[in-house]
Amino acid sequence: MIFCYDGSWNGLLSVIFESFRLQTHATKIVPTEVFQPGLFEAPITIATDEGHAKRVLKGVEKKCGKNGVDLIYQCFLSELPEIEIKIYHFVRTAMSATENVLHNYRDETVLALHKIKKMIGREVHRMHAFVRFQETKDGMLVALINPDFNVLPLSGKHFVDRYPALHWLIYDTKRHYGWHYDQHQSRFITLTERQHEYLAADLLTDSETDYQALWQSYFKKTDIPERRNMKLHLQHVPKRYWKFLVEKWEG
Amino acid sequence: MNNRIQEKLEILADAAKYDVSCSSSGSKRKNTKDGLGNATGMGICHTYTQDGRCVSLLKILLTNHCIFDCAYCVSRRSNDVKRAAFTVQEVVDLTINFYKRNYIEGLFLSSGIFKDVDYTMERLVRIAKRLRLEHKFNGYIHLKAIPGASDELIHEAGLYADRLSVNLEIPSEMSLKKVAPEKDYASAYKPMNYLSETITGHKEEKKTIRSTPNFAPAGQSTQLVIGATPETDKNILELAGDLYQEQKLKRVYYSGYIPISDDHRLPALREAPLRRENRLYQADWLLRFYGFKVDEIVDDENPHLDPELDPKMGYALRHPEHFPIDVNKADYEWILRIPGVGVKSAKKIINARRFGQLRREHLKKIGVIWKRAKYFIISADRDFINLGFNPEVIRQQILYTGKRKKDPNQLDLFGNPLAPIPLIPTTPPPAGLSSPKIRTA
Ligand code: SF4
Repeated sequence: MIFCYDGSWNGLLSVIFESFRLQTHATKIVPTEVFQPGLFEAPITIATDEGHAKRVLKGVEKKCGKNGVDLIYQCFLSELPEIEIKIYHFVRTAMSATENVLHNYRDETVLALHKIKKMIGREVHRMHAFVRFQETKDGMLVALINPDFNVLPLSGKHFVDRYPALHWLIYDTKRHYGWHYDQHQSRFITLTERQHEYLAADLLTDSETDYQALWQSYFKKTDIPERRNMKLHLQHVPKRYWKFLVEKWEG
Repeated sequence: MNNRIQEKLEILADAAKYDVSCSSSGSKRKNTKDGLGNATGMGICHTYTQDGRCVSLLKILLTNHCIFDCAYCVSRRSNDVKRAAFTVQEVVDLTINFYKRNYIEGLFLSSGIFKDVDYTMERLVRIAKRLRLEHKFNGYIHLKAIPGASDELIHEAGLYADRLSVNLEIPSEMSLKKVAPEKDYASAYKPMNYLSETITGHKEEKKTIRSTPNFAPAGQSTQLVIGATPETDKNILELAGDLYQEQKLKRVYYSGYIPISDDHRLPALREAPLRRENRLYQADWLLRFYGFKVDEIVDDENPHLDPELDPKMGYALRHPEHFPIDVNKADYEWILRIPGVGVKSAKKIINARRFGQLRREHLKKIGVIWKRAKYFIISADRDFINLGFNPEVIRQQILYTGKRKKDPNQLDLFGNPLAPIPLIPTTPPPAGLSSPKIRTA
């Protein structure tokens, strides 16, 4: 059976709920907007139902604990093709097993999901590391990001803990939404205009470029040319992040 | 901003970069609602230098003026370099402004000795104090504890810093005297011992009285310069082992001596001994996370680490009597000792085998590096018996089946290194087993 859903997390969980209720097996779960009709099978489109979604999560939590819920949610944010069906398989295995399957690495799906979660974890960690704030004239710190996976929902809390007394925004220019924090609360926002991958110079405070220049010289000076190892460097700081890394801008 | 700060930063970052420690881990410092920053315990590398080192902290000297003349140091009195000094406020401003832009995890502040030791130490402490108290800064602070500083200043430093380090620099006192005439071990061990006692004391106290203030919660570390003086790896690792045991150090850093100095007291190295440094870190890792003892890694017969093999592999090959290890039965400590099995894989093995016997395929998927581990493992496939165990053969296989990288520290006298030898086990298989398959490289 092919299922279509709205592409949201609760949507996917609703599909899983329906598949249990209809006692049918899903062969494919895809967001409606990317679904390409095939010749033989008509998909069932499932409407998102928060209540149903909650019940699925409760079931998973009962069988696999909070870590099980974390695992599937984080994997969902990978946006990888066919991630839905993997999550679906995991939930099915988890619900039918008598013991907690979370660490059953002999199972293909379990192992695959853990691998994906590890990739997600790495990307979150990179956000913690590579986010670079720039100070705007209205006193807000703004960082632009463009992560491989949709990790913003997993990345913001770190900055709330770190900068509770600052006003900041981390904006995903690829997915067009950001985590905004105003010293009291966090909200997801979308800018009315499409945000470019750089901030216009006239938005920034005067000292902003000074600190950027200082950071660039620090970066240059802390290098030890006798030990240069660009391969290692690129492994740690892949080129795709450079456009947001102040120290990597041509100064 | 003015160019003066820029110039100071350039000089004082350049002079500080040879201190290799840059860790920001091991401290959990919670932020306050109106504060700036926290330490999560994990440590974050915000970028990497072009030599692949982690940049986590703003690592600078307060000044590179110095009254001492240590041969291995760029800031030594007799060296003709540009000198500069930050003011206390300049360091505070840089730290805060870098931190809030998420460039860094915090500050690593060291200094040349100007005037005298206490005068210098007092300024380092003042910076940390101002960051903590005036700016409510809860990011990471690593201060250098300067050998010879008074207990009072060292104590105050511990109240504000996450980590303190006293660098021994040279791995034996005899060598130290030769290259750093003003220094001795006693004045380095004094603050080290003071710190280790106070850190332990505070930890104990904190167990019963929660309001006990933090005292260097990320502990203390030190740095040893490698290759500038004649100590063996055994000397170095024994010293490190003692420092972990006795002074309860969190980290010992090894810094391959970079020939920055043409001082006649030092050998003329062509290049930094990076491979040796790397092997020492691997050995150090075994000491701290794998439950190895120093004499299992180096001994009188092998006072140097094998440059060609990582020390865990070296251990396994010197101790064939402990292998193979059955991953479906052995204790965690022994699984950890299998070459090609890291801490994570070992834990996964323990977890996964509860669900059934592990086979080779499972192990590969778990992340075991099969081409190293296969010589030392029994899994449900029991294929070890086909390999036999001959350390010399395994050594050759490992060295010559992998792609060999050219190593700058290795002399390439004969053009081509040794050609692979045919791999015929020289010991007969244990009784009762079928004869080993002859494998060729
Ligand atoms: S005391 Fe420190 S800064 Fe001064 S020369 Fe010796 S190592 Fe360098």
